[in-house]
Formats: sequence, structure tokens, C-alpha cells
Amino acid sequence: MDNMQFDLLALLPELVVLGMAMFILLLDLFILPQNRFMIYGLSQFTLFAAAFFTFKTHTPAVGFAFSHMFIDDTLSDVIKLMMYLGTSLILVYTRKYLQDRNLYRGEFYAMVLFGLLGMMIMVSGHNMLTIYIGLELLSLCLYSLVAFDRDNPRASESAMKYFVLGALASGMLLYGMSMLYGMTGSLDVSDIANSIAQQPKSPVLILGLVFVVAGLAFKFGAVPFQMWVPDVYQGSPTPMTLLIGSVPKLAAYAMTVRLLVQGLHPLALDWQDMLVLMAVLSIIIGNFSAIVQTNLKRMLAYSTISHVGFIMFGMMSANANGFASSFFYISTYVLMSIAGFGIILLLSRQGFEAEEINDLKGLNQRHPWFAFLMLIIMFSMAGIPPTVGFYAKFTVLQAAWQAGFTWQVVLAVLMATIGAFYYLNIVRKMYFDAPEDHTPLTAPVDMRFILSVHSLALLGLGLFPEVLLGVCGHSLLISLQ
Amino acid sequence: MMQADLTSISWLSLAIWLPVLSGVLVLLLGGDHKATLTRWLALAGSLVSFLVTLPLYTLFDVQDGFFQFEELLPWVPAFNMHYHLGVDGFSMPLVLLTSFTTVIVVLAGWEVITKHIAQYMAAFLIMSGIMIGVFTALDAILYYVFWEAMLIPMFLVIGIWGGPNRVYATIKFFLYTLLGSLLMLVAFIYLYHQTGSFELADYYLLPLSMQAQIYIFIAFFMAFAVKIPMWPVHTWLPDAHVEAPTGGSVVLAAIALKLGGYSFLRFAMPIAPDAAHYFSTAMIVLSLIAVVYIALVALVQKDMKKLIAYSSISHMGFVTLGFFMFSQLALEGAVVQMISHGFISSAMFLSVGVLYDRVHSREISAYGGVVNKMPVFAAFAVLFAMANSGLPGTSGFVGEFMVILAAVKFNFWVAFFAATTLIFGAAYTLWMTKRVFFGNVTNHHVAELSDLNKREFLILGILALLVIGFGVYPQPLTEVMQATSAEFLKHMAISKLPVTGY
Repeated sequence: MDNMQFDLLALLPELVVLGMAMFILLLDLFILPQNRFMIYGLSQFTLFAAAFFTFKTHTPAVGFAFSHMFIDDTLSDVIKLMMYLGTSLILVYTRKYLQDRNLYRGEFYAMVLFGLLGMMIMVSGHNMLTIYIGLELLSLCLYSLVAFDRDNPRASESAMKYFVLGALASGMLLYGMSMLYGMTGSLDVSDIANSIAQQPKSPVLILGLVFVVAGLAFKFGAVPFQMWVPDVYQGSPTPMTLLIGSVPKLAAYAMTVRLLVQGLHPLALDWQDMLVLMAVLSIIIGNFSAIVQTNLKRMLAYSTISHVGFIMFGMMSANANGFASSFFYISTYVLMSIAGFGIILLLSRQGFEAEEINDLKGLNQRHPWFAFLMLIIMFSMAGIPPTVGFYAKFTVLQAAWQAGFTWQVVLAVLMATIGAFYYLNIVRKMYFDAPEDHTPLTAPVDMRFILSVHSLALLGLGLFPEVLLGVCGHSLLISLQ
Repeated sequence: MMQADLTSISWLSLAIWLPVLSGVLVLLLGGDHKATLTRWLALAGSLVSFLVTLPLYTLFDVQDGFFQFEELLPWVPAFNMHYHLGVDGFSMPLVLLTSFTTVIVVLAGWEVITKHIAQYMAAFLIMSGIMIGVFTALDAILYYVFWEAMLIPMFLVIGIWGGPNRVYATIKFFLYTLLGSLLMLVAFIYLYHQTGSFELADYYLLPLSMQAQIYIFIAFFMAFAVKIPMWPVHTWLPDAHVEAPTGGSVVLAAIALKLGGYSFLRFAMPIAPDAAHYFSTAMIVLSLIAVVYIALVALVQKDMKKLIAYSSISHMGFVTLGFFMFSQLALEGAVVQMISHGFISSAMFLSVGVLYDRVHSREISAYGGVVNKMPVFAAFAVLFAMANSGLPGTSGFVGEFMVILAAVKFNFWVAFFAATTLIFGAAYTLWMTKRVFFGNVTNHHVAELSDLNKREFLILGILALLVIGFGVYPQPLTEVMQATSAEFLKHMAISKLPVTGY
């Protein structure tokens, strides 16, 4: 009985999110539309409470619950805190967009919170099944969120695409897991690692590994499993694109750490080769495809693919330095992409979607401050110092160099120059071209303020990267011990 | 007692962050509807920023060939990066040149810039701080951050206030320089994994195999040769110069190009001395091509700014030539040439700016007989043209003469080709001057010209004094770098190759 109490304590944040999500779903039935801000406030409060409990129950020691199915270590706590922050920012930035389009409904918030819960379970999963359940909870929420605007045929189409391909990827992941289970006789991550270390390499094991890596790559959107990314990014309503493209990457990272590092580390040499190939291809294909895009969201989709390539650059080093640098890259990437989409949401208004790169034309004349914020975001994505994007690229490149991937680093550097081109193109539209649209830009005060602080933080973290670097490196090191 | 107090102030941090802060202040307080306030604020900021760099000269110890005014703070312990600043005899004059040029640029843009005034002034102030950062950073990543950060304001300056073809020019400028610098970053990552630090001093002492040195030198070469620019990677410069507003051209020519030259002295050569010797012949050949061939290219230009841009490349050829002959005279000549070119090219671009503001054309053929309408201006312009072609008594002569003198000792033919610049330089500069200034008034635009106003007179007057001053008495400039260049050559003479066998 005592044991059970401890188990529940370890997943207090998850319970808070679960309870509040259900409460919000119920409450939404009984409140009038004009009181909907309560739902929004409660969602933000949930995130805050979850952050509070995550922080409060944090111990440096690794805690397990439900007979090792659930793990509560420093890495999971740090990632969860980042997720709350990211989700909270997303809720701030999307509110006005949803209100303008009659999508400001309780289901949205409940769904976001359930998705968050799924991600939290993925992060803390120490058993293949736990991880899989978390992933499915997240995916189902995302599928339905993409189709949330049900009268929008493009959104429905992209939800369908996302669902079919996502289900395929989940299937592959599950298939791979079943093979691993067959060879090791366990679903527990540590048991699998021990078992594999003691047995000779067999084709079934490698086949299982291939399927697992394919499933992970799909969730990341790495080449050759990137096909869904541009279509889904472009077709989904912008808030849903933001939801798909940002925080879930953190969960995918955690899943990779649990499966590949903690579970399949004895097979590191085998998955390393696959990651190298995917990393290099993602950077090349992502960057080259992004150049020719005219649709802003589609361009950002391809740029995401190239960012994923850089993230894999850290992982393919297959050591702590590499995974720490990937973690840093992902945290900065999540911050950058939320800010970037925040600006796009800001430019959209009732009856107008800011989707084309040309919609940014002359932003410096329309609103110099927002243009400046977008400038920081774009240079950060391009990896130009003194923004934090530079350190993200720097850390993964130095990790890959240390692991001996010399020519891959040189190639990545050349591709970064190509990548700079399309980010510069956006800056160019904002600063050098005359505006075509003179509608004044309006945004709620809280959104303006938070977006400003958020974008300036990209600059601040670029000048003083130590804290974030330290948190990422430290939490990973503790968890891998 | 007083002296001790003065040396305890962090002059270098002030020199970097004061202009940046005043730039931010201008951005926050200024605006197009408060143009006068914006301009005076910018001028005050640039003047104060210039004043805080003066102690670097007055408190400089000319006997000391190592770094002075050092500041060392931990910055990113995770990667052993430090906020490490310091100047030696090479970088100190360049810091002063930078802060001085910023004052000139603010003045030069005074009435000319009418849209986004605050952004324009702020861009130059911030850029000034960043460039001083490049000249003073002694930590490789700190240096790299400044080096790359400089691209952002320059990109905007050319793109927002530039000429009709500005977008092409500015993106070309950015991508060219970015590609070069990213390879330099790879070199830094390599050095980091060799030494475990980003300290420049550690890199100087690190023994490296010949192969490693060659790779490192090539990576640095890609970054710096683009910036200088050396033939054949110079093609971004004429485009950028032509499209940039006057202030942008001045900063590009007077300072940005020096970043490349300076970085050869600070990074490429001392970190890979054996490779520097190995490549010296190739570098001298490239420099001579720049000196001779680019001078010939300048001769046929129809656009005044393009002509000066090519002339800059040709003059920078002297700088790299001076570096790779490994003699003290050549080295000092090269650095003097960098400073002097800073003054002369600013003056030349400002002169073109004076004409452009009135007539809105940079074509040589659009002018003729300007002297009849603008006698004072013509006097200045002829002086600067003379200085540009290296007339004795102007600062342009000193550096070139020192390099040529050193070249005679080095190899007759190198000296021969280098000396042709005195002919070609005179040819293209004076021919342009003749076509623009002398003869009869050719068209009604010229007929309507009015002579210099007080502001323009002040700017050109100061530059003229400096050009003549350093031409007649270059001592203050050469004495600060003597100890440093002696140390530099001592360091370059020691091979870093690991000793293998006996």
C-alpha cells in the first residue's frame, strides 16, 4: 500500500494534467461561450501547477513507479518543464487566432492537455508499452486537432494524411518492439539492454532495431520519412502546425534516449550508421527544398527537416556529449519555432491567413518591432551569432567532430550556408520590400509582451548560453549514469 | 596614482559596449519624426565611443609586444570559453580607426538619410562596437561571434538604404562571407578538440602537423580572403560597394576589409606558421594579381564607386603582400597601409557621396568640369586622389613605399610588379579625377552644383589633415607596432611541426 502511494506521488504531475483535462472537458459543457476565458485560464493554471509539482517532487535520485514501467529522473523532469513552458507559450499565441475563427472551444484545450499528458508519459516511459501508449495518446490528440476546424477541407485532408502515415509509423515502431521482445523476453528498457549485451547479434534483433529507428525517424520527420511534414504543416491551421512542430520534438527526443540509448545501447554501432545517413540526407534535402518554397509554412516545414538533421548530428555521435548537444539543439529549436509561428499567428487576422512569404513584405514599415523580433528568430534559425541558434549548431557540430565525423561536419556547414539563404530571404522581404498590405497589426497585450520577451530571450540565450547548456548537459549526464 | 586608476578601467569593454548601447538607445528614443534628436544622439554616442578609445593610445606601452589592456572573465564554462579581450600594436590602431570612422559615418549620413534614420544610425553604432570586438577578442569563439554578428547590421544597411540592385548585392555579400566563416568555425572546432580551450594563446603554442596546418590555413584563408577580399574571391565587393549607401561603403572599405587583413595576422599565420611559409609564394602571387590585374580592371570602370572598390582591392593586395614576405619592414608597411587606406578610401567614398547627393549619379560620364562650380570640394578631391595614387607626403605613400622597399630585398620581380601600382594607381585615379573635375561644365546638373556645406567641409577637412599628417609624420603609427611586429616575426620563425626523430 505504501508502495502504491509512492508510485502515485512519482506521477503527480501526470495526474494533475489528467484530472484537469477531464475537468476542463466537463466544465466546458456547462459554461457560456462568453466565459470561455475560464477554460483558457484553467489550462494555463494546469500547466503552472504541473510545473510546480514537477519541480517540487524533483530529486536527483532516479525514481521508478509501477514496477519500473515509469521512470522519474532528472532528464524527464527537465524535459517536462520545457514542455509546460512550450505549451503555455503556444496557448498564449494561439488564443486570438482561435477566437477569430470560432475555434475557441473547450475541446481544443482538453485535447492539448491530453496530448501533453501523452508526451509526459513518453518522456517517463521505461517500458516499451508505456512509451507506446504515451505516443499513441499524443498522436490521437494531434490527429484530431489537425482536423479540429472540421469545415476546412484542407485541414481534413492533412489530418487524413497525418493519420494514415502516423499509424503506419506507429505500426512499424510496434512491430520493431515486438521483435525486440521476442529476442529479449522483456519490455523493460534496462532488461532489454542487459539481455542484448549478453547475446550474440542476430538478424531479428537488427530487424527490430531498424523498425524502431524508422518509427522514431517518422516522428521526428527525418529523411526518408519526411514526406508527411510539408503537407501536414501547410494544410493544418497554423496553431495546429505549431502544436505538431514544436513540443512533440522534445518527446521524440526523450523517446530516442529511452529506446536507443538506454535500451539499445549495445547496438549503438548499428543505429549510429542509420542516424548518420538520415542526418546527412535530412540536412541536404531539407535545405535544398526550402529554398524554392513560396509558402511560409511549407518553407518552415522543410527547414524543420534540416533542423532535425542537425539534431541527429548530435545523436549520431552516440555518446553523452552528442546527446547533450542534441538536447540543447532541440530546446532551442522548440523555442525558435514557437516564436516563429507566433509571429505568423500575429500577422493572421479574421478572414486572412498569413501563409505566403510575401505576406511578410514591408513588415519593418508596418511594425518595426515585430519585424525586429522576426529578424532575431530568423537569424537564430540560420545559426548566426549572437543568437542562440549559433550555439545549437556549434554544439552538435563539435560533438560530431569529436566522434570523428569530419566530412559530415564540413558538409553540414556548407548546407548551413544554403539554409541561411532562405532565412535571409524572409528578412529581405520584411526589411527591403515595400508593404502590400497596410492593415494595422493588432494583438492582445499579453501576446505582444510574451512574444517580445520570448524572442529577445533567443538573443539573451545567445549571449549567455551557459545556463541552458548546463541544464541540458547535466540532466542528460545524470540520467545516463 | 592617477595613472594606476586609469589603467584599472576596462577600456576595451567600454569601447565595445558603449557604441552598442548608444545604438540601442538611438533605436529606442529616436525615430523619423524626431530626426534632429536622433542625429544628435547618434553623434553624441559616436563621439563618446571615440573618446573612450583614446586612452588605448595614450596608455599604450610601446615597448610591450604582447597583449595589453587584457580582460578575462569566464563566459561559457561548459566549453571553456572566455570573455577575453586585449590589444597589441596591430589591433590598437585599428580600434581607433573604427571608432573614428563611426563618427565620420554618423556625420556623413546627417541630412542625407531621411528614411529610418534611427535604424540607420543605430546600425552603424552597433556595427562599430561589434567590429571593435573582432579586433580585440582573444578567445576564438568570442571573436567568431563578433565576426559573424557584424554581418547582420551590414546586411541591413546595404539592403535598406542601398541602390537599386541592393538585394542581390547584400545577399551575395552575406552568403559569401558566411560560407568562408563557417569553415573557419570548423577549424576552431578542430583546435578546440586539440587543446580543450578556445584561448588564442593556447593555439599559438599548439604543435601541429604539416597536414593539419595546411587544412587550418586553408579554412582561415577561405574566411579572411573573402573579407579582404583577395583575388579571385573579390567579386562580392564591387557589388556591395556600388549598392551600399555612402556610410556603408565607408565602413566596408575603411574597416570591414581590415578585419580580414588583421585576422591573417591574429589567426591564420601564428596558428599555422609552417603552412603560412608553405603558402607564402602562392599568397604573394595572389596579392600581385590583385595589385596589378585589379588595378587594370579599375582603369576601365565607368562607375566611380566601382572604380574605388576595385582600387580598394588593389590596395589590399599590398597588405597581404606585406604580410607574406616575413620582414619587419613589410609587415609594418602592410599595417600602415591598412590604416592609411582606412582614411583615404573613406575620403574617396565620401567625395563620391557628396557628388551623388547632389546629382544622384555615380557615372563618371555624368560629370565634367565640377571644379568650376565646386572649387573647394575639387581641392579636397584632388588631394585624396593623389593620396590614393600614393603621392609622397600623403599617408598612401608611406605604407606602399615600405612594402615595396621590403619587396626589393625579397625579390626584384615582386618589387617590380608591386611598384607598377604607382603607375596604374595614378592612372585610374587621376584619369577619373580629370574626367569628373576638370574641363568644361558638361551638363546642366553640374552647372547647378553648389559647393561643400559646413558639415561636408568639416568631414573632408579632418580626413585631409589625417592623410597629410600621417604622410609627413608616420612615426606615431609605426612606433606602436614595432615591438609587436618583432614578436610576431619571432613567433613565425619557430616551426610548430612536431619533432620526429633526430
